[in-house]
Amino acid sequence: MRYLPLTANDRAEMLAAIGVDSIDALFDDVPEAARLAGPVDLPRAMGEIEVERLVSRMAARNVAAGSVPFFIGGGIYRHHLPAAVDHLIQRGEFLTSYTPYQPEISQGTLQCLFEFQTQVALLTGMEVANASLYDGATACAEAVMMANRVTGRRRAILSGGLHPHYREVCGTYARFVGFEVSAEEPLSGEDLPGLVDRDTSCVVVQNPDFFGEVRDYSGLAHICHDAGALLVVVVTEILSLGAILPPGEMGADIVVAEGQSLGNALNFGGPHVGLFATRDKFVRQMPGRLVGQTLDADGRRGWVLTLSTREQHIRRERATSNICTNSGLCALAFTMHLALLGEAGLTRLARLNHAAAVSLAERLEQLPGISLLNRTFFNEFAVRLPRCAAEIVEMLAGKGVLAGVPVSRFYPENDTLADLLLVAATELTTPEDIDRLEAGLREVLS
Amino acid sequence: MALLRFTRDHEWVRLDGDLAVVGITDYAQSQLGDVVYVELPEIGRRVEKGKEAAVVESVKAASEVYAPVAGEVAEVNDALAADPAKVNADPMGEGWFLKLRLADPKELDGLLDEAAYQQFVEEQP
Repeated sequence: MRYLPLTANDRAEMLAAIGVDSIDALFDDVPEAARLAGPVDLPRAMGEIEVERLVSRMAARNVAAGSVPFFIGGGIYRHHLPAAVDHLIQRGEFLTSYTPYQPEISQGTLQCLFEFQTQVALLTGMEVANASLYDGATACAEAVMMANRVTGRRRAILSGGLHPHYREVCGTYARFVGFEVSAEEPLSGEDLPGLVDRDTSCVVVQNPDFFGEVRDYSGLAHICHDAGALLVVVVTEILSLGAILPPGEMGADIVVAEGQSLGNALNFGGPHVGLFATRDKFVRQMPGRLVGQTLDADGRRGWVLTLSTREQHIRRERATSNICTNSGLCALAFTMHLALLGEAGLTRLARLNHAAAVSLAERLEQLPGISLLNRTFFNEFAVRLPRCAAEIVEMLAGKGVLAGVPVSRFYPENDTLADLLLVAATELTTPEDIDRLEAGLREVLS
Repeated sequence: MALLRFTRDHEWVRLDGDLAVVGITDYAQSQLGDVVYVELPEIGRRVEKGKEAAVVESVKAASEVYAPVAGEVAEVNDALAADPAKVNADPMGEGWFLKLRLADPKELDGLLDEAAYQQFVEEQP
């Protein structure tokens, strides 16, 4: 097929073939009132030089994350990406790989995804992990649906500490798939153990939670299990598992996570990579692709997609999920980054993040009118400001400091959260960045 | 000799006292290939005639196993969890799936006897 514009002759021939005089005649069925009277008012076509100039001017109005002191987190975190990650994933053999549809021919891709699964299982403290889902939020909704299948129940309880976007995605699935989610309000002093009953399929909690608090959910796991329900633990900052107890060791039945922090840039909020891990006994109810290691006819090690009978191309409408793909390239970047770090490097990086957040918290706490909400945190925490956090963030942005995420952005109707600000620090946060934020806050609050 | 009946979906059902033992036929297992997993129902679940009672998974496909008659699940073959290959090796014996407490024993009358089932299998393409 040639991708060339039609000539006037081509058009005339086609119109003659269908027996109309003009292209406009094809729109006669559309009522006059619904038709445009004239051409749309758009600027005239531009030359390449003009377009480059225009777009550069527009781009210069962005405050790029790396160009200013940056304290934004809220589910996506800015970390250093080793140059080797980008180099490796841009190799032709990897870059063109999407989810494996003719999988066994791509042994390299399958081997990497197998390593990815192993890394995810080790990080989360679980027995089995899939080859990734789209992102943390959809993985969370998949976890709830899996818990429904395992328990034969249809009501999930979502903690108020769950990321509000995750909660919304679960709500969307619930509305159209037909199950129930009951979501607690944030910072409402929720009593999750008291809410679990014989109709509960799962309780979904986050660690560290949306406000950065690090918790131990071991007790809740016991209560869930006694009631025949599952505990789903969500992790939005996967790097935290380099420093805190993995959910698997707390008794979680399903762990889902956003893997962006390893290997992946902010990417304007996506594409990212959803992690999904569970217990061996639930593997047949698990969604997503799964790579297994095996031997070929000559006894050589090889990789295959396994337990595919769970999936849509075989199981049709009875599949465990209607998602039959994964985030191949983002998962690959995750694996490359984590392999480069190694276990010791991961722990060190996690400690660096925590140390940066601690020095940030110590400085902010000393400012008049600012108080820290958290008792514990990893690399992000919430502070209460003396007035509307969204306004203060705007004022600081004007001074070239991206101070964090105002909680009101997610809960505009909840006045009690209006003065809360989420602040994150990572290994990229410098002492000078913290100085700039502190000075900026002093100025706008005085 | 216990009463033995068959369905056109290739399940067999054998009367064993007041219970009906259900499995898949030799023809079914030969069509499926190596069975790798069997999903069995919970004890006490009520199943309707012709509705899904179990799932059998082979290296080639996953298929539903339908209840030949209505009833309540009284027993399931837990041994299949560890050794699903029993379904291939001995489909009419050790490879049984589940036992039903019959809702209506007369439902058995509507099923195929062994000769009729053999003829049905021979007519399969």
